[in-house]
Amino acid sequence: MDRRDSLKSLLVGSVAGGLMITGCAPNAEIEVQEVPSIPGYGRNEKEKLHDEKVLAEIYLNEHELETIAVLCDIILPSNADFGSASDAEVPEFIEFIVKDMPTNQLPMRGGIAWLDSQSNKLHNLEFKKLSDAQQKAICDTIAFPGKTDPTLIPGENFFTRMRNLTLTGYFTSQMGVKDLDYKGNQPGVWDGIPQDILDATGMKYEPEWIAKCVDQSKRMDIAEWDDDGNLLN
Amino acid sequence: MQVIDSSKTFDVIIVGSGAGGGMATKILSEAGFDVAVVEAGPFFDPALDEHRTQLRWPWESPRRGASSNRRSFGDFDAAFGGWNIEGEPYTKEKDTEFYWFRSRMLGGRTNHWGRISLRFGPLDFKRKSVDGLGDNWPIGYDDVKPYYDKVDKLIGVFGSNENLPNDPDGFFLPPPKPRLHELYYIKGARKSGVPVIPSRLSILTKRINNQRGSCFYCGQCNRGCSAYADFSSGTCLIFPAQKNGGKVTLFNDSMVREVTTNTEGKATGINYINKLDRKEYHLKGKIIVMAASACSTARILLNSKSALHHDGLGNSSGLVGRYLHDSTGASRSVLIPDLIDRKTYNEDGVGGMHVYTPWWLNGKKLDFPRGYHIEVWGGMGMPGYGFGFNPNDLNKVVGGIVGGYGDSLRDDVKKYYGAVMGISGRGESVPQRENRCEIDNEVVDEWGIPVLKFNYKWTQHEVKQASHMQDTFEEVLTATGGILLGDKPGADREYGLTKPGEIIHEVGTTRMGDDPKDSVTNKFNQMHDVENVFIMDAGPFVSQADKNPTWTILALAWRASDYLVEQVKKRNI
Repeated sequence: MDRRDSLKSLLVGSVAGGLMITGCAPNAEIEVQEVPSIPGYGRNEKEKLHDEKVLAEIYLNEHELETIAVLCDIILPSNADFGSASDAEVPEFIEFIVKDMPTNQLPMRGGIAWLDSQSNKLHNLEFKKLSDAQQKAICDTIAFPGKTDPTLIPGENFFTRMRNLTLTGYFTSQMGVKDLDYKGNQPGVWDGIPQDILDATGMKYEPEWIAKCVDQSKRMDIAEWDDDGNLLN
Repeated sequence: MQVIDSSKTFDVIIVGSGAGGGMATKILSEAGFDVAVVEAGPFFDPALDEHRTQLRWPWESPRRGASSNRRSFGDFDAAFGGWNIEGEPYTKEKDTEFYWFRSRMLGGRTNHWGRISLRFGPLDFKRKSVDGLGDNWPIGYDDVKPYYDKVDKLIGVFGSNENLPNDPDGFFLPPPKPRLHELYYIKGARKSGVPVIPSRLSILTKRINNQRGSCFYCGQCNRGCSAYADFSSGTCLIFPAQKNGGKVTLFNDSMVREVTTNTEGKATGINYINKLDRKEYHLKGKIIVMAASACSTARILLNSKSALHHDGLGNSSGLVGRYLHDSTGASRSVLIPDLIDRKTYNEDGVGGMHVYTPWWLNGKKLDFPRGYHIEVWGGMGMPGYGFGFNPNDLNKVVGGIVGGYGDSLRDDVKKYYGAVMGISGRGESVPQRENRCEIDNEVVDEWGIPVLKFNYKWTQHEVKQASHMQDTFEEVLTATGGILLGDKPGADREYGLTKPGEIIHEVGTTRMGDDPKDSVTNKFNQMHDVENVFIMDAGPFVSQADKNPTWTILALAWRASDYLVEQVKKRNI
């Protein structure tokens, strides 16, 4: 994975590379390194500064990012309907979160080094260069908590962290939210559980309870009460 | 450094812009007073796109909405700050615990709260008469009822009139219909003899005026509402006060150090640090309203020492900072097998629960005093950072592989999506004189202001209450037909009792009373020792009830503001 590309895709809507601009003075071309930024999401000034600082940092190196991309797609490959974790830009998310949450840094760096060491021991090759089958064979030894050989526990811990970050990165991506089929986060009107769902679960609303609830056809009317607190409309 | 003086004298200086400060701003500016509102954080308006977090998607945040020290409840929560604020520490006495949540922003913590808006009942003002512990309030429900009624109508709260003696009726908007997991809660609770009623939240299911919209059911009240369809102090009190033509001057990013006094001991204004230029300013005011939050107000008062107020302003009783108390809390969750692999649909609803259980055992013989209410959570919410962690751990309880990798992890996540429900108790603790915040003489914040040191321990009353919660939760959740998750916490873990401060209902640091030796303010929130200083946050609470404090802060601030206006008219202040 190209590091510059990975950063570019993370920095949606901004120019991450060098930008050539021409000044007013003749022959005065200056290369301006644009500050990485992300579109606003309701940040206050302190938060903007923090984000800018983290975006400008580099922690994981090329090799580590490549290994993470390989692991992401072992953990969550594509299927007939949706892409893989790296299609959903999970490695880019992990690149950021490791900088943003420094408690991830040592476990990720050490975990990747452990994985390469294990791989070298078995195949005299680093993990990312192994065949699919060889990679999966190693994963099989560290991916099932409770079944791991005690000598491989550091690998299990790393794999569990990778699985968590991969899954959370995926299901909080645009692709993952679609895959999950989450249907909210939009203006609407809640008027109760759909009837087919009630029927399927055998649950039902009590008429006395529903009688207290809002009549959504009157939701835009301004409320009026009598002196005893009875709603008149 | 030289303190920079202002030439102008305000009629009233209000310190803090949360629930109490907002209400004081509205009532006092409408009474014609020239008001200054001094807020330690920046301006905030959820309708401004640059402040908006509502209706944003998880991927808009590079950390996918994860929490941080900049926003403890995550990137999309409206509340800036939280448990830790960089440059503004607090300390704790050894072997004691307290967690202090602060929001530095216009509207304060009204930008964060769950909009649960419960009136105190008649018993809640007179708990000593019931159980002999703590103290009664100097006022009763009848004193506050007219103000609760006015708050209901001004701000809007949905709920239902149920004719329950200690959970009084009000002027409610109609509640939303329950969600599916809430029907499972109702089923389990009913089987266990635990009542359930529609919840009471300050969210507009109908319009209440032409200035604020009606709820559009995104389930995100915690993010602040761009339609102003839920309560926050800025959107519902301070902005309307400004639009009504009131004389309101906002001082944002202004951290109050102390209240200044004259030789007679009367307040003359405040000193604050402008966080943008780091210089100290003096603002003159005829009357000071302290509404910085129970603990921040105590801190400012204790830091306002003078020849006449040598233990801090208005602290001749020695009680400023004492009787600090928070709600108790405990939780449990359940996997509902009927909800595994459920069909998805939009069930965002309002931001918070649609049903709840008010305390149902008043008058019953129990091994602890006072009670708790039960809140319900669950459903198919929007994913954020942490969603998908341990994707198939629930296979431990229903069978199947835990861990692994590959496409099956997708199915595991979807299988359990929306299948877990939880319930939480929120209960009343017994205020203790020894539970307190005081000035730490060794530590200052980045503004040079001495910080608070907390000293708080639960008693056996709260621990036993948590034990009762766990027994109830187990019974109710089992009766839903679900599989209980996690272990039931026992005595070794204090039955899962939350740490003091964690429920963010801290009150009591400047309690009200008739006797100046035994209280800090009178029954109208006016300081006994300093007649031109009022306290309108939750500091004057004598006891907290099992109800969330905001509705009572609002009602008492309105009542105190009316009294203040009357006293000025009578030339008593």
